[in-house]
Amino acid sequence: MTQKIDADLARFRHIVRGKVRQNLRRFISQGEIFGKKGKDVVSIPLPQIQLPRFYYGHKQTGGVGQGEGEVGTVLQPGAVEGQGAGQAGSDPGEHVLEAELTIEELAQILGEELSLPRIEPRGKHRLEAEKSRYTGIHRSGPESLRHFKRTYKEALKRQIAAGLYDREHPVVVPIREDKRYRSWKTAWIPECNAAVIYIMDVSGSMGDEQKEIVRIESFWIDTWLQSQYQGLEVRYITHDAAAREVDRETFFHTRESGGTMISSAYTLCADMIASDYGGAEWNIYPFHFSDGDNWSNDDTRLCLDILKNRILPAANQFSYGQVESPYGSGQFIKDLREGLSGQEKLVLSEIRDREAIVQSIRDFLGKGR
Amino acid sequence: MPLPRYLAELSQQIRDHARSFGLDFFEVIFEMLPYDAINMVAAYGGFPTRYPHWRFGMEYQELSRGYAYGLQKIYEMVINNDPCYAYLLEGNSLVDQKLVMAHVYAHCDFFKNNLFFAHTNRKMMDDMANHATRVRRLAARLGTEAVESFIDCCLSLENLIDLHAPHIRRRPEPAEAEADTDDDELPAEDEVPRLPVKRRYLDPFVNPAEFIERQKKKQQREKKDAARPAALRERDVLGFLLERAPLKRWQRDLLSIVREEAYYFAPQGQTKIMNEGWASFWHSTIMTHRMLNDAEVIDFADHHSSTMGVRPGRINPYKLGLELLRYIEDKWNRGRFGKEYEECADLEKKRRWDKHLNRGREKIFEVRRVHNDVTFIDEYLDQEFFEKQRLFAYDHNPQSGDWEISSRDFKVVKQKLLFSLTNFGQPVIEVVDDNHLNRGELLLVHRHQGLDLKLDWAQATMEALYRLWSRPVLVRTISAEKHTLLRYDGKDHTSETVGASDGLGHK
Repeated sequence: MTQKIDADLARFRHIVRGKVRQNLRRFISQGEIFGKKGKDVVSIPLPQIQLPRFYYGHKQTGGVGQGEGEVGTVLQPGAVEGQGAGQAGSDPGEHVLEAELTIEELAQILGEELSLPRIEPRGKHRLEAEKSRYTGIHRSGPESLRHFKRTYKEALKRQIAAGLYDREHPVVVPIREDKRYRSWKTAWIPECNAAVIYIMDVSGSMGDEQKEIVRIESFWIDTWLQSQYQGLEVRYITHDAAAREVDRETFFHTRESGGTMISSAYTLCADMIASDYGGAEWNIYPFHFSDGDNWSNDDTRLCLDILKNRILPAANQFSYGQVESPYGSGQFIKDLREGLSGQEKLVLSEIRDREAIVQSIRDFLGKGR
Repeated sequence: MPLPRYLAELSQQIRDHARSFGLDFFEVIFEMLPYDAINMVAAYGGFPTRYPHWRFGMEYQELSRGYAYGLQKIYEMVINNDPCYAYLLEGNSLVDQKLVMAHVYAHCDFFKNNLFFAHTNRKMMDDMANHATRVRRLAARLGTEAVESFIDCCLSLENLIDLHAPHIRRRPEPAEAEADTDDDELPAEDEVPRLPVKRRYLDPFVNPAEFIERQKKKQQREKKDAARPAALRERDVLGFLLERAPLKRWQRDLLSIVREEAYYFAPQGQTKIMNEGWASFWHSTIMTHRMLNDAEVIDFADHHSSTMGVRPGRINPYKLGLELLRYIEDKWNRGRFGKEYEECADLEKKRRWDKHLNRGREKIFEVRRVHNDVTFIDEYLDQEFFEKQRLFAYDHNPQSGDWEISSRDFKVVKQKLLFSLTNFGQPVIEVVDDNHLNRGELLLVHRHQGLDLKLDWAQATMEALYRLWSRPVLVRTISAEKHTLLRYDGKDHTSETVGASDGLGHK
């Protein structure tokens, strides 16, 4: 049912989107947007959407309550709310508004704010799914699908043509031949799938802050790619001296102390592409985050080799993000830059701190590949 | 949607019972609404139509979400209007509907008879709809954005009204002041009024020369005082801006709408505890004495007790109001008041005190007529009631970051409760100068009562004020125990420490 309030609601949602957009950079760098509820809704705390008033902070005024307990008893969190018997609903309170946005809305805002180009899926518009839409008209069908307007028009045409139409007494009665029915047409919808493969160095030199940066950045990358493809598969690989595929939870929370052999991860990634995402219908996005340390120059050479011959040809884009850490040498990005200059599909980005996440997202997603 | 027949019949039964108990109300028109419509009405503050504004949408979303998650459910809405409109939630059980209808009749009695509602607009249904039309028309002409952002500014100042203004005439109505001026009757300009004498020869004795001289001086002094403008002191900041701020006509129109609605809703905020207490008192009386059948007792008790539930961190107005009314009724039934009772030292005797006065009912009807929450609590919440209800005060402990019970002392708790109710627990702010330092700047004073303003909010509010006044705006307050003058000039905020009497704008 449409209601009068729908207009107000739409207006409110518009304002929320505006606020999110205005504060997007802050949300990104502070990682505030993670209140991820369920599957495709995010909730974002938006204190500034309240109307300001002359007001005492509730923390100053305290309040009056009722029940058991001695002086000094701590009230349960959540028990204190608003200001006792204030005007219902008009009390600004300490209540922080949680705005809810769908992932699509968020991706749209991200795209507009960072002016990200839409991704043109690779070459093949394979006709994938068929879908029925009720856009057609047929001369036969069930009465429940009768198209009243068309039927009436047909009857009117017939009567005028036959000279039966009387201007003074415009009675139009459809007969069987006039009847028109709605019917479906089959539409072919192109479907594109994408696979994202995250690779992260979990050796001792990657600290919590570095991982947090990776986590924030991967959230935004997922959000954007999800809005660009119908199906998105995400895989995670961690590596130190050896690489293994892990689930999301483990990916962000393991910590190893061993050394670093990046080639092990690249090998696993290349194998994964070959076995699971072969053929031309996949858009493949490997992302590698590390602090730039590698075990040896030999291993780095091996990495370059795998990238050039196995990964880059298959992928839409290979993205390497180097997170600055006090322990890492930061050498790897230089090696990549020198060893693979001229490779269009290779994107490199240095992430100094949280502030740099926005720029890095733009580096990675700004090519529209 | 009007009530189905069986509910309409019940509503008439309940109405008759309510009348027989002495309740006196406007005609009540019930309508039944599905949950989304009742959420809409609730978001609109009880009305079926309001002017377009995003905050109603926000409110609606919160309510809908609360309903969807099963956290809250609105059983009824009732509007202070003549006739009184009330909305029932479709799909409630019969016993709930009965309870709600009894509750509604008592609310309506309260609206009609409580003193603080005496000056409210009883045709507000129509006026709200008119406001909606006016705002829509302006939005169509000037754009939604412009209209809405101006309304936002007005709403930021919504609490700056004079709660007592509807009941007092602070200034003479201009028309009336002129009406009874009859030139013949007044003494000539400079003539000194003499005391009347019956015989002319007595005049030098009744009105001696020095008396006349004194009178003359007094007259001159008064004239001089009158020529000096009286110090400005205006609680009704919205009204002041409406009269004096350089606003365009459409802006004035919007401001007057916001102000009118603020005054309309104010008494409901002022009497929340009493109003809900009164309605709960009567729904429980009518249900338990007249309307319940045997099968419904458990459901009624379940519903009633959940309405009366208390959570440690907040006052439940239903519970507090109901208990206090019952307490008063009992006191006046048994004559437990007055000098003799107060001074009785024998506790046992006091406990069994009963004068068989039976004046309780009469007393609570009087209470509902003349009190608001502040005077109600102040007058009747005594030590005995306080101990029975286990009230306490809580405060924020900045060290641990927790909320803790800070006092169980009667005086402290009562004072805190009264403070939270006085002026809705919001700061008192007045306009004291509309031409500060002869620069047309607007000076307001926060009447500091021990608590500081939340500064970031205050500054944001000053920006709204600036938009209306279009000259720099100043607020004098006390911040961290220092007299402080906040100023906003349209670009920057400044804040300076001042002396105790500086900048008060006395000319």
